[in-house]
Amino acid sequence: MNAKPLVNARGIGLQIGEQVILRDISLQLETGKIVSLIGPNGAGKTTLVRVILGLIQPDQGTIERQANIVVSYLPQKLALQPVMPITVKRFMELNIRSNDKSIEAALHEAGVARLTHAALQSISGGELQRVMLARCLLRNPQLLVLDEPDQGMDPTGLQVLYELITDIRDRYQCGILMVSHDLHLVMASTDQVVCLNQHVCCTGHPESISEHPEFLQLFGKPVSGLAVYTHHHDHKHNLHGDVVND
Amino acid sequence: MIEYFSEPFVWRALLGGLLTVLLTTPLGCFVIWQRMAYFGDALAHSALLGVAIGLLMGVNPNWSVLAGCIVVALLLVQMQKHHRLGSELSVDTHLGIVAHAGLAGGLVLLSFVDNIRFDLEAYLFGDVLTVTMPDLWRMLTACVLLALTLFKLWKPLLLLTISEDVARVEGVPVARLRLIFIIMLAIVVAIAIQIVGVLLMGALLIVPAAAARRLSNTPERMVLTGILIGTIAVIAGVFSSLAWDLQTGPAIVLVALSMFVFIQFKRS
Repeated sequence: MNAKPLVNARGIGLQIGEQVILRDISLQLETGKIVSLIGPNGAGKTTLVRVILGLIQPDQGTIERQANIVVSYLPQKLALQPVMPITVKRFMELNIRSNDKSIEAALHEAGVARLTHAALQSISGGELQRVMLARCLLRNPQLLVLDEPDQGMDPTGLQVLYELITDIRDRYQCGILMVSHDLHLVMASTDQVVCLNQHVCCTGHPESISEHPEFLQLFGKPVSGLAVYTHHHDHKHNLHGDVVND
Repeated sequence: MIEYFSEPFVWRALLGGLLTVLLTTPLGCFVIWQRMAYFGDALAHSALLGVAIGLLMGVNPNWSVLAGCIVVALLLVQMQKHHRLGSELSVDTHLGIVAHAGLAGGLVLLSFVDNIRFDLEAYLFGDVLTVTMPDLWRMLTACVLLALTLFKLWKPLLLLTISEDVARVEGVPVARLRLIFIIMLAIVVAIAIQIVGVLLMGALLIVPAAAARRLSNTPERMVLTGILIGTIAVIAGVFSSLAWDLQTGPAIVLVALSMFVFIQFKRS
């Protein structure tokens, strides 16, 4: 296995106008490791993800990416518009070398094979997340970046997702960076948790981090392992299970 | 009706209309998908400025229109960048300003033109019945170039339409694609204003494509259906304008529009 990290970010800082979005953040992504980013709304999670992907240039710090690695990205939302008619299958093969069999396999792996011929704009939010995840897998990624893959999913879907993500790491031997609101998901399938609030509040193994004072301050009640599903609600859900930010 | 077919100018009009629809519909689909409906208007209206400058400088207006459209297109690309960084006015406001600045500027400049042969109406409403053989060759060349470019860039353009971030992460040269697209749009608008004129250019761009939406489940089918609808509009528009002495451009747009309305009622 390669000892060099896939991505090595050091001292990342970013501000927009007067507002500091990110401050002195260092983060390493390695092959076969799942890193979870958690933090309250407005903590800069998505911004950090975009910096790591190279979509935004940071004001301070350096990012070293391994050359020519295949990166797959599942964004928080698509600019998908119902005016563009497209089926799930056609969406899957856009810009990816693929065939019917590999598309079928990827959709099957994400548990949405039955949607192959559905119109992309007709499926639900949770299904869309999984279709996008399938498209990420179709690229055979070495680094997989997931921005809230759990949004819009029902509890059963979430359960499947936890298992799927660890499964993906083992099967594809890729590094995974995941943003999540769902502490249960974080605890169940993460090698390293990074708790973000403009700066890195605390970082470490999921078990140790749940004891960390800064973590407790941000998320309130302690989360004891996998057993209890309690977390501080910093967002609400609408009837469809989509996250509603107030 | 039959006697029209012996007239070469009728054939040229039909061919010119058809080639124009082949140019406008694929780009019209992208314009709709990317919510850029006013881009076509901004380009077309400012084309009048190109006409005026060409006439005042004694340059062939065909070329000055093309140059004008490309300059405005580059301006619009800068504007898009500006908007992605955040702006206090929205895109449609800026586009409306560009469009009407072009129209007003063009009309004012044209009042300095004392060329007797100059026909303002032809530029405002188009004049499909005066299409010449060189015009047809120009359109055909543009069609071939557009088809080749779109064929090569089709999938990345679709991906960019669905998610710019995903496209960038996957190595799609987004800035270059956007530039190529808007230059293609500028060229198409410069050519197509001969058929429908600057005022109705936007309609020819989006109405056939919008009418096709309801009948399509893939992007490609939307383009092909749109071309079919546009073709019917051109044929019906040209003949009705010959039969009842109507303005051809507006007649073509009205036929396309009625097909759009009909399709909306068809099934919902």
